Amino acid sequence: MSLIAITEVKKRFGDNEVLKGISIDVAPGEVVAIIGKSGSGKSTLLRCINGLETIDEGSIVVAGAQFLPDEVHLKALRLKVGMIFQQFNLFPHLTAGGNVMLSQMVVKKTPKRDAEAVARKMLDRVGLAHKFDALPDELSGGQQQRVAIARALAMQPIALLCDEITSALDPELVAEVLAVVKELAAEGMTLVMVTHEMRFARDVCSRVVFMHQGRVHEIGAPEDVFANPRTPELRQFLGVQ
Amino acid sequence: MTYHFDFGWLIESLPVLLKGIRITVQLILIGAVFGVALGIACAWVRALGPKWLKPVVATYVELIRNTPFLIQLFFIFFGLPSLGIRMSELSAANLAMIVNLGAYSCEIIRAGIQATPRGQFEAGASLAMTPFQTFWHVVLVPALQRIWPALSSQIVIVMLGSAVVSQIAAEDLTFAANFIQSRNFRAFETYIVSTLIYLALAILLRQLLAGLGWMLFPRKASR
Repeated sequence: MSLIAITEVKKRFGDNEVLKGISIDVAPGEVVAIIGKSGSGKSTLLRCINGLETIDEGSIVVAGAQFLPDEVHLKALRLKVGMIFQQFNLFPHLTAGGNVMLSQMVVKKTPKRDAEAVARKMLDRVGLAHKFDALPDELSGGQQQRVAIARALAMQPIALLCDEITSALDPELVAEVLAVVKELAAEGMTLVMVTHEMRFARDVCSRVVFMHQGRVHEIGAPEDVFANPRTPELRQFLGVQ
Repeated sequence: MTYHFDFGWLIESLPVLLKGIRITVQLILIGAVFGVALGIACAWVRALGPKWLKPVVATYVELIRNTPFLIQLFFIFFGLPSLGIRMSELSAANLAMIVNLGAYSCEIIRAGIQATPRGQFEAGASLAMTPFQTFWHVVLVPALQRIWPALSSQIVIVMLGSAVVSQIAAEDLTFAANFIQSRNFRAFETYIVSTLIYLALAILLRQLLAGLGWMLFPRKASR
């Protein structure tokens, strides 16, 4: 049974149809990379899975939780899928530890001591146990993104959505973030990531989705997609003749 | 110049003066706490709140920001009793200051909220927080930090503006000065003393607000 079932999803911004009927099933433990040009709808699709955008048609079901745009359903959905953003979006007034603790205490009503224990564990998992008391401003971009990952993990999601999480990073910081993601994948976390890191997609992902003009243009195992692109659009995107 | 300065009256007028200072300080403390709280609530409504409530708050804010404080005070103290709402001079003064600061601080705080990057709201939402939880735990403190200097100035302005409550016989510092001056006829000395006290209070208030900001907002450990 699939963990994330996306069926015939359509999304319009005004007259502009950004998603023109997307269907993808993600199995538990799968690592799916979504690639494509900007404007192809890949970020929008990811944001729909987490309810940051509403959908106009179709359905999204995550582990039995149907996407419906009301507060109760949204909360249930978001407790199952965590999201990591390109711009990190850490809360600037809280320490790294405070960032990881906040939603546990506010949403799950976890007592402070337990939340702190979880936060320390999660920060340790991303290699930042020693930065518990640092403010986001005092951290490098790569460290901030790892705190954001720890923050999402602290809610114990069953899947993580990563929206170009290394695109805002200096090249030398990309590796430390991808190493964390790779480790999560190895531990069996279900991941759906929009990415421009083709090598990472090839090495770590179980499936690659190539989106073009609001549709799934090609989908398959990375070996196939990267080695034998079937459509001219994907060939052009990958820069192969 | 043959005028001889005489500050001898200070000693016997000290109790009146001290009472005036106490009342002015009390007015500004109550006014600032409740005024800013009202301002936060109104800013939430105008920036993120339910649609039906927005025109109500907008009307309140524009009404207060486009009429003189003295008239607002007179309306509360002399006008409202016609509707059966009677209160003491001090209560009327307190209410007028809260209502006044509430409107001005609403707009200042709203600016701070609206300058929040969209990603902060999205991060809160993606962690399953409700919009209000995100506002309260994520957006509010950085928003206040952004506009803290402007808000501090507004609080000081309201403190200095509190001088007009003497017009409804609330016994604040200005009331005390007028009272003393009418007894000793030493206008220069009396008003220079009260001026210096207001100056000292304003400086103290600014320091207090700066200190509060220092406590409320995170600071980097180094640098």
